[in-house]
Amino acid sequence: MAMVKTENLIHDYVIRDEEGNVSGKVRAVDGVNLEVKPGQFIAVLGHNGSGKSTLAKHLNALLFPTGGAVWIDGMKTDDPDQLWNIRQEAGMIFQNPDNQIIGQVVEEDVGFGPENMGVPTKEIWERVEEALKTVGMWEYRKKSPNRLSGGQKQRVSIAGVIAMHPKYIIMDEPTAMLDPGGRREVIRAARALNDVEKITIILITHNMEEAIYADHIFVMAKGKIALQGTPHQVFSRVDEMKALHLDVPVATMVAHKLREHGLNIPEGILTREELGEALGLES
Amino acid sequence: MSLKIDDITYVYEKGTAMSVNALDHISLEIPDGQFIGLVGHTGSGKSTFVQMLNGLLAPTTGHVYWNGQDVHEKGFDRRKLRASVGLVFQYPEHQLFEADVLSDVEFGPKNLGLSEAECKERAVEALRHVNLPEEFWDKSPFDLSGGQQRRAAIAGVLAMHPSILILDEPTAGLDPLGRDEILNMVRGMKEKLRITIVLVSHSMDDVAQYADRILVMNAGKIMMDDTPEKVFSRYKELEAIGLSAPQVVYIMQYLKERGLPVKTNILTVDEAVDEILAHRGELNV
Repeated sequence: MAMVKTENLIHDYVIRDEEGNVSGKVRAVDGVNLEVKPGQFIAVLGHNGSGKSTLAKHLNALLFPTGGAVWIDGMKTDDPDQLWNIRQEAGMIFQNPDNQIIGQVVEEDVGFGPENMGVPTKEIWERVEEALKTVGMWEYRKKSPNRLSGGQKQRVSIAGVIAMHPKYIIMDEPTAMLDPGGRREVIRAARALNDVEKITIILITHNMEEAIYADHIFVMAKGKIALQGTPHQVFSRVDEMKALHLDVPVATMVAHKLREHGLNIPEGILTREELGEALGLES
Repeated sequence: MSLKIDDITYVYEKGTAMSVNALDHISLEIPDGQFIGLVGHTGSGKSTFVQMLNGLLAPTTGHVYWNGQDVHEKGFDRRKLRASVGLVFQYPEHQLFEADVLSDVEFGPKNLGLSEAECKERAVEALRHVNLPEEFWDKSPFDLSGGQQRRAAIAGVLAMHPSILILDEPTAGLDPLGRDEILNMVRGMKEKLRITIVLVSHSMDDVAQYADRILVMNAGKIMMDDTPEKVFSRYKELEAIGLSAPQVVYIMQYLKERGLPVKTNILTVDEAVDEILAHRGELNV
């Protein structure tokens, strides 16, 4: 069964005037069909206003379809009886770590989710330990979140989500506010969750270098899926990506321009290692 | 117009158990006409430092001089300094509040006590500089897109006619095109209006591409103050303090390790392409 499936998903935001009467509609998601298999690492790209964050909010039932349908692990999101089960399976990480941390002490913050779910105390502590170790923050368990760096705070947020034992996690630009070190930490944690714990990850990002690790990329534009495929397939289409106001990874761009200068190397190069290979250098 | 920082320190919560040395003996000068990139990991002291530059914070020890005058001496008009050294905070669009865009941009000049006509003139000029089309000027700032809101907020600071403009992460949360638009606009301000720019950024690719001088902060100190080429050639030191080099530096370094004798002090994709093509004869393609 698909972890996530949408069928002709439509979302309209309703605009109201000062009296509260409906004065217009904006279609943010327009007929999206996608399927995510368990254990996949998915990246969603798209310019500001392309509909990707609205889409993300449908994938853990924070929003409900105007048209079409969304299933999470076989449960339909507009079925009120399933809401609690869906949110338990789907964790979400947002851009700003400061808006997601509530505890005075790191381990309390991580324990908050499972406690709310009614997990027995002994098991809460086991989950907290496991979650903090997974993101490499165990030695900070007694610290105040205020004293952590952005990357550390974001890893604590991720630990808070994994302590709830979700089957999949949606990350909405989790590195946008972090310094380069923080970005590396968070992406490393996300990849480890996927590789080791087999948790399905949907990563929304503006940073193309982060998308090269994905199994599959969806590129959104005007509420629709404009391009999709493996990173190699998507980033081979440099001109289309530019037209969608997006970048490609730097190694891809270098290779693309070398091709334009007549070098015989393939499109869709993603890393420096692949570039070295294509240039025929000894390893 | 120049800003001189003379051996400043700043201690948060001085004299308590929580005392932190946020700035630790910093001295430097900011002359006219530079495009300065300021980088450092979260908590390295960047925000404290930029608040020193326009007198929002006073140093615990040391001095800040604006055109030779100590800005914290009695009788110095710090309001003038704040107009001359404009500070655009992170997510400046959160500070928009007026009923329409034009009034919002006029708010700063009005506080300077300028005439209504003069305020409007400055607002119009600032909105043109940030490339916000006239059709948006009478709209509510909240009806604009995120990128447009940000440009309106920057216009509000620009209307104060600063000679130094400090921007704290002006591209956070923008897509690649929005990022390029803002940074090209800032570069245009430096070139056309001769404004000195201080760009605080977590993107090494951005500062490498736009800045002509880079300040690297770590633990409250200025660890490097040099050209982008020199700063990014020390990328191992940068990594040790939570930063990095632009991607293209790693690519060139890697190609060199694999035996292609390319230069590695390269900062942009175009330079990298030219350098690789210069070694075309040594490639196996």
